[in-house]
Amino acid sequence: MTTTVFTDETRARAREIVARYPADRSRSALLPLLHLVQSEEGYVSPAGVAFCAEVLGLNKAQVGAVASFYTMYKRRPTGDWLVSVCTNTMCNVLGGQEVYDTLAEHLGVGHDETTADGKVTLEHAECLAACDYGPVMTVNYDFFDGVDPQTAVGVVDELRAGGRPTSSRGARLCTLKEMAIQLAGFADEREGAVADGVPGEPSLRGLRLAQEHGISVPGFDPNTPIRSGDKPAPATPAKAAPTGSTAPDVPAPDRKSPQLRTAETRQPDAKTAVPDAPGTKVPVDGPAPGPRDAQTAEAAGVAANKPAADAKPAGDDAEAQERNLREAESTGRSGDQGSANDKGAQK
Amino acid sequence: MTTPRPETLAKLTPVLTKRWLSPDAWRIGTYEKLDGYAALRKALKAHPDDLIQLVKDSGLRGRGGAGFPTGLKWGFIPQGDGKPHYLVVNADEGEPGTCKDLPLMTHDPHSLVEGVIIASYAIRANRAYIYIRGEAVHAARRLRNAVNEAYAKGYLGRNILGSGFDLELVVHSGAGAYICGEETALLDSLEGFRGQPRLRPPFPATHGLYASPTVVNNVGTIASVPYIVLGGAAWWKSMGTEKSSGPMIYSLSGRIANPGQYECSLGVTLRELLELAGGMQPGHNLKFWTPGGSSTPLLTAEHLDVPMDFEGVAGAGSILGTTATQIFSDQDCPVYATYRWLEFYHHESCGKCTPCREGNYWMVRVYRRILSGQGTHDDLDTLLDTCDNILGRSFCGLGDGATSSVTSSLKYFKQDYLDYIEGRTAPKLSDKQLVGAH
Repeated sequence: MTTTVFTDETRARAREIVARYPADRSRSALLPLLHLVQSEEGYVSPAGVAFCAEVLGLNKAQVGAVASFYTMYKRRPTGDWLVSVCTNTMCNVLGGQEVYDTLAEHLGVGHDETTADGKVTLEHAECLAACDYGPVMTVNYDFFDGVDPQTAVGVVDELRAGGRPTSSRGARLCTLKEMAIQLAGFADEREGAVADGVPGEPSLRGLRLAQEHGISVPGFDPNTPIRSGDKPAPATPAKAAPTGSTAPDVPAPDRKSPQLRTAETRQPDAKTAVPDAPGTKVPVDGPAPGPRDAQTAEAAGVAANKPAADAKPAGDDAEAQERNLREAESTGRSGDQGSANDKGAQK
Repeated sequence: MTTPRPETLAKLTPVLTKRWLSPDAWRIGTYEKLDGYAALRKALKAHPDDLIQLVKDSGLRGRGGAGFPTGLKWGFIPQGDGKPHYLVVNADEGEPGTCKDLPLMTHDPHSLVEGVIIASYAIRANRAYIYIRGEAVHAARRLRNAVNEAYAKGYLGRNILGSGFDLELVVHSGAGAYICGEETALLDSLEGFRGQPRLRPPFPATHGLYASPTVVNNVGTIASVPYIVLGGAAWWKSMGTEKSSGPMIYSLSGRIANPGQYECSLGVTLRELLELAGGMQPGHNLKFWTPGGSSTPLLTAEHLDVPMDFEGVAGAGSILGTTATQIFSDQDCPVYATYRWLEFYHHESCGKCTPCREGNYWMVRVYRRILSGQGTHDDLDTLLDTCDNILGRSFCGLGDGATSSVTSSLKYFKQDYLDYIEGRTAPKLSDKQLVGAH
């Protein structure tokens, strides 16, 4: 099956995207390809899903499972201007909720809905990583800082009247489709767009304060030797691995509470045992898959490679559990327990 | 605004932020004039193992929240194993409160690119990826531009500066999923799957991207590397504390006079940060704050003098996290704040693990009931019980993080909950929001 919706230019771009990743790892191109089909259609349509599947040799269910996971892939036609208002805690208490409520009423749309003229899509967003500028909103992901209901209404009215309001720190606005090309990994080719945007004052405050008071970090000598004289570097850094054992060395079940063990895994420090540190030869996995493994699996089709709900081959969890059990039993014993079908090796 | 005292000003350590005031520092020409790529030239003359040792000696710890020693992480990469190695930079900044990496990549993207090249050389990786949050479009514009400039100048590509070292660097935009900031979910996402965390072990150090040895580091961690290569480990350790060395960008937001980015010596206290930021806004008194984003347990005015390094904050029962310091006052309600954070975790839970997926769903509903004035005393036990069933029972830290603000706000502000339940505080949500709550 060949999809015909997409232009030759898009097809050429798709080839360019795939070429960024190792030849046998083309699936890595899926996220940028989904951005790419949005750049032509404004959303991820069934044709867009089919196009990505065709380019990467996947089935449509595998592509659809990924597309539906991520917020930025829109499932319905979207306006030229995506207005996202942060209503997460900080912006919320600083007034972001009023901004969102006012816009929703003014535009007559709710979350993830588009105005009747097809121009503006409104959404409330979770933290947009600009808390020092709160409350913030974005138009096609470029920032408008410190907004209040009045300025926000002014921005959307200007957009609907065909104007292009200036964002606070970003580039001159482009449409959502144009933005999707950049998200697919292509440079912003508009003259001067990269240079657009002045730094916001909050980003600079600490630095400005230091400069006003003549503060810098003393003792900086760019010619400091890399090797310190009294501590020559060991030739094999792997020796520093804290386990030093040749066996899987998470002795589970151990006396630690699950909370403690989890906390250590989540917040490891130098003392935390790393069971698969190099030099320990832990047979947690089989050898790395040869480049053809993925192709073989693809060729074998659904029967040999049942897609799970998350588009990954089924049975991963059972394998992992078996492996854990093996590890738990094999304190001090080492041997070839790895399986080429382990989760890590399968991809 | 009163000028901070000299001893407080001395806590400022502009290192990673130092070029942000130079217009055009994002252009390669300007960057080169400001020490740019000098560290790369120096590093390429050294043995990769010496660079790993240097980073170990510096005591640099990960800036993405967990604080794992960076040199140790690099040292875990098996050498001479015949497999390709990868460096992946986690630029998926999205933890509520966190806003330090976006300005860095916007104003000084080359410092990250230079750090990537040095780190890749040290761990013998010939391919590197920067996984940048999809919504961070202007930072990505500048970063892609910087990568193109670096290729044109021979800092990337084949035989970099005649050293024989090759490196391909791709800037890969995400698509709006907080979970992809978790390193194994990020790797799945980068491989073209849904971003869901993997079971560990095996760790990415041996089975990361494409089941090969992989280092995943935060933007701030990698951007620190050129400065360590230039100034040396001893200089780096002249900042910070014994176990938490170096400078850290503290992101201050909320009810303060001058919110913003303040790069300080690790171990600075909130009292000192507030002094630098001009104090609280008029009419606001500090009530609660997060030391490192919404996944770190809340602290209160009692904790103004806790040293904000990895050990100090842990000693106070919280986590340093990403030093995203969100400051709330007596005019903000800790119950409502926690509710909004839970809405976030509920939305962002990837759905892989039942405790996180279901637990957050139900806790949101309990909060709605409390905030609409129909909560019961049993609801508080239900919340704590649910937290017990989430914490430590999911693959990754997202669920753990969700419980932080619940348990800590119940610990410090139980009275605020009781005021809603017993009718002393007017409901903050209307009954309409209660649909679906039982």
